[in-house]
Formats: sequence, structure tokens, C-alpha cells
Amino acid sequence: MAYMHIGKNFVPPDVNGKVTGRIKYAEDYSREGMVYARLLTSPIPHARVVNIDASEALAMDGVFGVLTADDVYPDGEPQGTGLKVLTNEPTLVGEPILAVAAIDEKTAETAITKITVTFERLPFVLDPLDSLAEGGADAYTGGNTYVFRQGFAEEKWSQDQVASFRAGNEPTAEPQQTFAYGDLDAALAASAFVYEGTFTTAGYPHQSMEPRSAMAYWENGKLYLHGTSQSLSALADGMASIVGVPQEDFVFINEATGGGFGQRARANSIPSMAIPAKMSQKINRPVMMRITRDEETAIGGARQGFQGWIKVGFKADGTMAAADLYIVSDNGGKGGGGDAYSAADGISVLYQTEAVRFRGTSIGSNTGHRGAQRGPGQNQIAAIISPILDKAAEELGVDRMKIREINTPQTGDVGGAQRQPFTSAYMPEAFKIASEKFNYAERITRSRQRNGSKVTGIGIGQGYHNAGRSGMDGIVRLTADGRLKVHNGVGNLGTYSYASTSRAAAEVLQMPWERVDVVTGRTDRNLPITSPQDGSNSIFTNTRTNYGAAMDLLGKMKEIAAMELGGDAADYDIGDERVFKSSDKNAGMTFAQIAQKGIELGGKFTGESDLPEELNDFTKISVTRLAGDSLMGIFHDPKHNDNPPGFTVTFTEIEMDVETGKYDIVDMVTVGDCGTVVHPQGLKNQLVGGAVWGIGLAGYERHLYDPQNGLPASTGYWQSKIPTMMDTPAKIQTGWVDLPDPENPVGARGIGEPAMGAVAAAVASAISDSLDGHLFNSAPVTADMIINHVAGVTSDAVPLAQNNFRG
Amino acid sequence: MNLNLTRRRFIKGVIASGAAATTTGVWVAANGAARPAGAVERMIRINVNGQVRTVDVAPQETLASTLRYKLGLTGTKLGCNRGECGACTVLVDDVPSYACSVLTHSVKNGRIETVEGLESADGTLHPVQQAFVEELSPQCGYCTPGQIMAAVGLLRENPNPTREEARMGLSGNICRCGSYDSYLDGVMRAAQIG
Repeated sequence: MAYMHIGKNFVPPDVNGKVTGRIKYAEDYSREGMVYARLLTSPIPHARVVNIDASEALAMDGVFGVLTADDVYPDGEPQGTGLKVLTNEPTLVGEPILAVAAIDEKTAETAITKITVTFERLPFVLDPLDSLAEGGADAYTGGNTYVFRQGFAEEKWSQDQVASFRAGNEPTAEPQQTFAYGDLDAALAASAFVYEGTFTTAGYPHQSMEPRSAMAYWENGKLYLHGTSQSLSALADGMASIVGVPQEDFVFINEATGGGFGQRARANSIPSMAIPAKMSQKINRPVMMRITRDEETAIGGARQGFQGWIKVGFKADGTMAAADLYIVSDNGGKGGGGDAYSAADGISVLYQTEAVRFRGTSIGSNTGHRGAQRGPGQNQIAAIISPILDKAAEELGVDRMKIREINTPQTGDVGGAQRQPFTSAYMPEAFKIASEKFNYAERITRSRQRNGSKVTGIGIGQGYHNAGRSGMDGIVRLTADGRLKVHNGVGNLGTYSYASTSRAAAEVLQMPWERVDVVTGRTDRNLPITSPQDGSNSIFTNTRTNYGAAMDLLGKMKEIAAMELGGDAADYDIGDERVFKSSDKNAGMTFAQIAQKGIELGGKFTGESDLPEELNDFTKISVTRLAGDSLMGIFHDPKHNDNPPGFTVTFTEIEMDVETGKYDIVDMVTVGDCGTVVHPQGLKNQLVGGAVWGIGLAGYERHLYDPQNGLPASTGYWQSKIPTMMDTPAKIQTGWVDLPDPENPVGARGIGEPAMGAVAAAVASAISDSLDGHLFNSAPVTADMIINHVAGVTSDAVPLAQNNFRG
Repeated sequence: MNLNLTRRRFIKGVIASGAAATTTGVWVAANGAARPAGAVERMIRINVNGQVRTVDVAPQETLASTLRYKLGLTGTKLGCNRGECGACTVLVDDVPSYACSVLTHSVKNGRIETVEGLESADGTLHPVQQAFVEELSPQCGYCTPGQIMAAVGLLRENPNPTREEARMGLSGNICRCGSYDSYLDGVMRAAQIG
């Protein structure tokens, strides 16, 4: 289909500000009379605050106030593992206890040194298996796990059960969560090759470049909060509740966000922004709270780690017949997530496994704040399963690409725990494009070739994430000057999808991009509720809402033309910013004339009546404020059918130096199947960005804790290494299938999460290949692990260790 | 990356100025109002983006603090405030330098350039900025000013770098979005634009 905007590159409105430094992030703002807040955070991993004596601090010149958990939660802190704004029951080092506001940060820091906080130390635990073992410490007060709507509970295995698991055996304890389909025993019996073993994947922090600094002030009863978010309206919706201010009186300002990878999508994962808001309310001054890198690392969210057992069976032709997983996931000190379930679900989808059983248990540890991180679950397991597929291929004499192709999902298949059909799936096409671009047939012959200390490893990986929320809203407007305003509540975290999803509306109205204004950046610009920009959701969900709103507007425009020029709305067409009779192009009105007439008519044309009944409350507030001054298109997106997946395929070649354990990624090709391509440059950025994340998961990223005192040894970029330019290929080749998905009006599906998983899988596969197919069953595989393996040194690390060194 | 600037040199500078170094990454130097006892307030003149600016600089104040909080040049970002990420990269006498790890007093005779100084008065973007727009190099944009200044420094020294040389030149700048490939595309295009 020939599109005017879809599939075309464009210059997003904010990119100029990014290259000139003019665009403002939260900490770039200041306000007359602004004072500064600093945090006192927990120095110990698990404690109860017994007493706070801030009298000396409050007596200091230049100190304006202290905010504690008692101020924020006068009726007691909420139950659950969610991160609190401030807490009297810290369960991780670095959790905010109180804030001090002062004339400057030096004074605030000095004041903090004069506050006496009396802590009651409580037992702490760093490794979930240590907590599971009978007699082990619990991460939370009241247990080591949290049962939804029931409260904290204690989950214990016998010492023997834990020891058996650490020794590599299938766990025997009752799991908290399960799903299963198919006849597992029969599938295993029919398998020609069965692999069974334990594995670990590390947790590690998000490390967004912009610390979660925030500034707040109150004016005429309204709260203005400058913050950081990957989901402008969705986060604002929740943040108003946390602060305790009516949505109508809350303005969230967030023109740009310095990175968000799952932990800035919702208010409850970034509640610290409420601190300056509450402090400002208390002391009646604007308050800036700058967050340090240490603080960001502690509360900025981290991926859940896995301690797992897997048994996979393959038929003689390579078909994956069975997958049996038991995963203990690390819930950390705060937060949590459903990563383990998604991991098993992801295997089911990506390999179309005939029988799957998942068993999972989620246990807390007094380590970082955990939560969704790019491809939660699917991406951890991608790095584990891919080398196992290679092992099966080798044992069965099946080509390594072939074993993946014969298992790969395609349109018409179902997948996952819910056995849900895909809206579309073009993985066979992705394999074809990627393998040809990589020249797989020739490259695979180099596998395991040695040149001095260097060994070539070839890796293949696949990534998947399901993405397709519904129930969101869209607002578009045609103003009296004939310009199109697309109100977009998607956050601006660097995907440019706030702009690219708006182009679906421009497409409907055939509107030149320079005549379109994307209205975003702050909630008092009256935004609709949109999907949180996480889980690869934006492009599918918000092209639907913007397209729907534009279609509503188009219908109204044709109706107005028919009222003015005669005939039915169906008799009219659009083009060149005019509405005209299909039978006579000269009989028509300009968009500006249509808008002016609509404003004159009012009522349903201007958002004053006949709103969609299901419209979300957040959107209703915006529509009510906008009503009357423009011709409006309003849309509530109903539930769509089936599972719109995002898929990727990656091929890579590495050169492993077996003397140093370091490898260079010589080449990498990564190809996306995400329906119709909306914005090629944006898609390329998601693919290469996901690749860097995948390289980090497979080879570098982990966080470490001091086992004696529970102190984090990883408090920034240096100690929790994210890939640098030197760890990543000098060039990453990208590509895409570009076939439309039928459940999206412009054919689009998401890509952000699977872009990472496929690369993590491919790099893990290549590392294994370069070492004669050795299975580390670990992510990351670090240089020290490689050296130990090559040297035949047995690691003295505790098996399945979590949040610490491991072999 | 400024090979002449090391942590040791930074700490020596702090000691020389009579202030205590902080390793906590706290922006204690941001406010000239509070100074350690015994330190001397000094009005100094620094050359930023071709303009000589008179500014009150505390002895322990970093260049990043001066630029952001005294001169309002918030294009220079602070990602870590301790020399790990490169978001605060500026040019000091054409050399890319981490502004969080440079004491303002130590560069008062230097020529400082920030991202705000690259654009021409008529609004024409610097070739690196233009190339970064055309290649859509930034994602979240937070590291972008640092990447741009590192690239400008590189291209002044080596106007026609290979991709590998560009990779080395920008290797002191972290991008958590992982936009390295697009940044390198931008540098190579900028070299073509000249």
C-alpha cells in the first residue's frame, strides 16, 4: 500500500533540541525561590526505623523541612513489595528514609549528618535460595514472598531440597505458580535428544542515563511536577494518586526523558518523584530533588534474576517436543515481576513447543528494586535456550539454522500459556532475510576455526515479546487555521514513537507533516490516556488510537461538507487539505473552512457532546478542557483480537580469544518482524539499541553484593558494566520483513523488547560455539568464567549463586 | 576522551584548591552560597563559547556545576557526576573533557566549548549536529551533547576518521539506549559534510 507518511523517515520535532542541548529534562528547570532536597537512604539492607531525631537539623540556618514516611503515609505504609515514596521499613541499601530541604544541597547534606536515625537491624538475605532454605533469613518483615491480595508469606524448602537444586537436580518443592499444556511425559518419551540442567541469569540495574531527578511546586492549588517518565499520561494518572491530588489539579511536565527501559512506565515504579511534590506542599516552596548515580542505581529498578532448572526434549528431526521449566525468580528488596512465567511463555511461542510445563516461585532478597526491564523473562531465557538448541542440533545432526526454522512460529500458529493465535507472524521471512544478509551458508563453515589463540564462534538467536494493549484513547483536532493537532500522551524516551504514532492520524487525513502539530510534553496540554510506553506497546496501541481518532474527525469533516454542499458524507473525499465531492473535485471546502464551520456548529463536532461512553476519565478531563474551540476527533480503542507479537532474528560471528576470555563481535545482522515499518530510522535505532542491551545481558551486566554486610558493590556504570562502544560491533547490520499485521490499521507491531532477546541469544550461542559447544547455562558469561572453563579450573563459587560471583 | 585528564589529576586539583574531594556524586558544589570554612570566594573570568563570562566559582566547584548552575548552560548533562559516563563532555582547548571531573578554577585560562556554542548565530547547525539529525543518532538524547562534543573534538584532530577511529574517539561516552551504531553513522556523515 502506498502511504504518505507510514514507512517514511522524518525529522521528529524534538531531535533539534537534543542536538543543540535546548530540550529540557527535569533537572534542567529551575524556579524562583527553589530549594533543594537531599535524601537520607538506608545504609543497611533490612531494618526497621525505630526513631528519627531531626531536631538539630531543623534548627540549622537554611533548612526548611524534613519529610518522612509518616508525613507521606499518615495511615501507615501500604502493604506489598512495591517501592515506597519513603519508608520506615527499608529492605534494600539505598532505599529513601527521609528527605531534607534546604537553601542548597551542601546545607541539606550537612543537615542530614545531624539527623539521628535509630535502626533496628533485621536479618537480611542476598540469595533467594538461601532464603528458601529452612532457617534462612527473610527479605521482608513477615516473610520472603508476597501473595497478591493476601499479604506476605513465608516459603520454605528443606535444606536438602535446596542443596539438591544447587547440585543440579530438578526441584521437588511445590511451586507458587504453574502452567502446562500438552502431554509432557509423552513428548519427552518421543524425544531423540533430551537436555536437562540448571541455569542462572543475573539481575542488573536499568541505569538510565538521566537520574530520576524531579522538581515540584504548587501554584493556585495545582501541583506542577517536572519529572521523568516513559509514559506521560499513563504515569501522570498514577502519580496524582500517589501524591494525593485530584487529577484536575495535577500538571506533569516531561518534555524529554533520559532513558526508560521499563522502570519509568508507571508511577509505582518511580514513586520518588512524589518526594519533591510532598516536600513542596509541606514547606510551600519549589523543591528540586537531584538524584545521584548511586541513588539511581539503588532505586532505579533492576531485572529479576533466575535460578532455574530446564529439561528440553527434541525429536530426531529437531522439533522441540517438550520444555519443562522450574524457575526461582529473584524479587529483590522491592518490586517484583512476572519474568519467570514470561520466560516459559516465550519458549512456547518461539519454538512452538508441543508440550510445556512451567513451575515458578518468586522469592525476595535484600538487593535492588526489581521490576520490568526490556523483555522481562523472554530475554533472560533467550540467552539460556539458544546454546541448548545448538547442542541439540549437534547431537541430532541437524543444521543450527534449520533446527530454529522448523520450530519457528508463523501466521496461523498459536503460542504461549494461553495458546493464543498470533495476529500475524513472519519469522520464516525474517530468517530468510537475516541468513542471506549474514551469508550464513558460508559463515557457518568458519565455526570453531582456530587461528592462534582466536576461535571463531557463530551464533543464532531469536527474540519475542507480546505487545498489544487496548482500551486507550485518542484525541485529534482540526483548528480554525486548518492545522492538525495530534494529542499524544506517549512519553518521549527516545523511540520517537510519540511522533511516529501521530503520523497514523496524518496519514488518515493526508495531511502534510509540516501542517501537523504533535501536542505532548505536559499534561495541561490536554492529552488522552495512552498505553504506558513499555513492553513494545506504543506502535501497535497508539497508532490504533490515533488512527481511530483521525477517522472520527474525518467522518465529522465529511458530514460538515455534506451539510454545507449537499449530499451524503459518503459522497465526499479528501486531498490537498480539502474535503470535496468525489464526483466534482471543485465542489469542496478547505480543512480550515471545515474546522471553522465545525466550531460554529459545536456539540459533537467540538467535543461538547456525544463522547464515546467508554472514554477513560483522564481523557474526559482533557476533552472537557478542549471542548468548543476546534473540530475534534475522539476515539476509544476497543479490545482487539489475538496476540500481536514482536519477533527478531539475529546472526553473529565472534572471535574468541581463549587466552583472555575476551571476544570481539566481528559481524552482526539483526532483522525484525514487526509488521509494517512505520519509521525506518526509529526501527533501526530500536534494533541496534536492543542489540547493545543483548550484548550486555549475554556478556557483561550483573550486580554484586558484599555477602557479609549486604552492601552493594555495584553502584554505578563502572561496577555494573554496561556495554561501551568498544564492546559492541563497529557496524550492526539491520533489516526488517515489512509485511502488514491485520489487527493494526497501518499494519504495525512492536519491536523494542525482542530486539534485545535475539542478540542475547545469538551472542550466547556464539560464545558456546567458540568453546566447542560448552554450555555455561548462565547469563552473563563473563571473561573470568570463560578463562576458568578453558583452563579447566573448577570455580569455587556457590552453584546457582545469585547477586554474587558465580562460576 | 581526554587522555591528559585523569582522576589523579582531578584529585590533585581539588587538593591544590584546598577543598575536600567528594566521591559520592553529590552536587555539593552547585551552590556558591555554601563554602567550606577557610575557602576563598573568587570571581573569575572564563571563556565559554567565545564569550568571556565573569562568575563566582567556589574552589571545589566542577566545570559542569559552573556551566549548568551558574551560567545556565544546561545542555551539558550530568549522568554520573564522577567520570564514568561522558554525558558532561565539553571541549577545553579543543580537547574533549569530562566537565564533572574538571575544576572550573583549573581551566580559567582555557577555551571552553559546550554544545550550546556549536550552532551558528543564524541557526545553522554545526556539521556534527546536522549529521546527527540526518542519521537520527540520538535516542533519549541525554548523552547526545557529550557524544557531539566528543565527535567535534575528534573531527578537529582527525577530519576524516575511519569508522574504527571514530569508535575509539567516542568510546568514553556511554549510551544506555545503545545508539552507538547511529552515533558512528552520524560521525561518518559529519566527516563527509565537513
